[in-house]
Amino acid sequence: MTPPRPRHDRGLVRPYVVTEGRAHPTRNTLDLVALVTAVPDRPLNGLSPEKRRAIELCRPGALSVAEMAGHLALPMSVTKVLLSDLVDSGHVHVRPPVPKAQLADARLLQEVLDGLRSRF
Amino acid sequence: MGSAPVSDPVDPIDPIYVSDTVTTAIKILVVGHFAVGKTTFVGTLSEIRPLRTEETMTQAGEFVDDLTGIPDKTTTTVAMDFGRLTLNESLVLYLFGAPGQKRFTQLWQDMLNGALGALVLTDTRRLDQSFDIMGLLEEHGMPYAVAVNQFDGAPMFPEAEIREALDLLPETPLVTCDAREATSGAGALISLIEYLQTRTPQEQG
Ligand SMILES: Nc1nc2c(ncn2[C@@H]2O[C@H](COP(=O)(O)OP(=O)(O)OP(=O)(O)O)[C@@H](O)[C@H]2O)c(=O)[nH]1
Ligand SMILES: [Mg+2]
Repeated sequence: MTPPRPRHDRGLVRPYVVTEGRAHPTRNTLDLVALVTAVPDRPLNGLSPEKRRAIELCRPGALSVAEMAGHLALPMSVTKVLLSDLVDSGHVHVRPPVPKAQLADARLLQEVLDGLRSRF
Repeated sequence: MGSAPVSDPVDPIDPIYVSDTVTTAIKILVVGHFAVGKTTFVGTLSEIRPLRTEETMTQAGEFVDDLTGIPDKTTTTVAMDFGRLTLNESLVLYLFGAPGQKRFTQLWQDMLNGALGALVLTDTRRLDQSFDIMGLLEEHGMPYAVAVNQFDGAPMFPEAEIREALDLLPETPLVTCDAREATSGAGALISLIEYLQTRTPQEQG
């Protein structure tokens, strides 16, 4: 039996406070380890408290999308929506982690191995 | 707010930022059944206090942003722990610890996306509970190594028997590890990376 799909069943949908109504963002492309930093000197007026908190959090330095979610105490899904919006509005900068083609790159793997061996 | 995740709404811990010199971030998954040692593993190796997020999902595996009108039984909470390890001045490794799940979710998609590989933690008392997760990784073409966490009082089996019970491919690494010890955990990750190297065309010169 397929369970009912609740989001179609709700008559009155409470506004999604945090993501401003976008539970299913079209842009769901942010990588969990993309590195996020605040763009300096952007005006914050009109931004939700969560967005302000997100900007403040990554003002001093870079954090991954996942770490942002952890520190903001928000679910990953919600954090991704917030950050996508902040990228669009020019408030944060996101550095993609590593191009896919390079993931299995022999040099990258060797660097990981050397790093692990030297640390432990 | 139904989806508010962690007990403490404002994280009191000052974040430790990723160094300015870092240009590349990679991730490895640490997966396995209930209570197998995922959180311990990530915590032992992480240089930051491990972080955790929780997602509320419907049984159908969709994110829930608003619990209005959704009876409790149709939602489940999925928790994920993660930690960070700086490997050199330009490279950081993130470890994501997450439980196996019957249903594939966006969170799983996000974790798998771009991951180098996975370490499957297992326990000799419950080897069969690792099948779902190994199947999921295989379905998504995610290479993995298996690490047996030797719990006190758990039976010890010869490697060949564990391989057979788990139906491992001959090339899949199988190691034992103690998730409570950093060198042991790092050793398991090293086995995974060495395995990944064998799957990569070697660079000449
Ligand atoms: N002997 C032994 N005990 C371990 C090891 N790893 C974890 N433990 C213990 O096993 C218990 C469960 O470990 P967790 O790290 O919480 O396991 P988990 O997989 O995160 O559990 P869930 O998130 O609840 O699924 C803890 O009491 C750990 O101290 C190990 O390698 N050896
Ligand atoms: Mg855990």
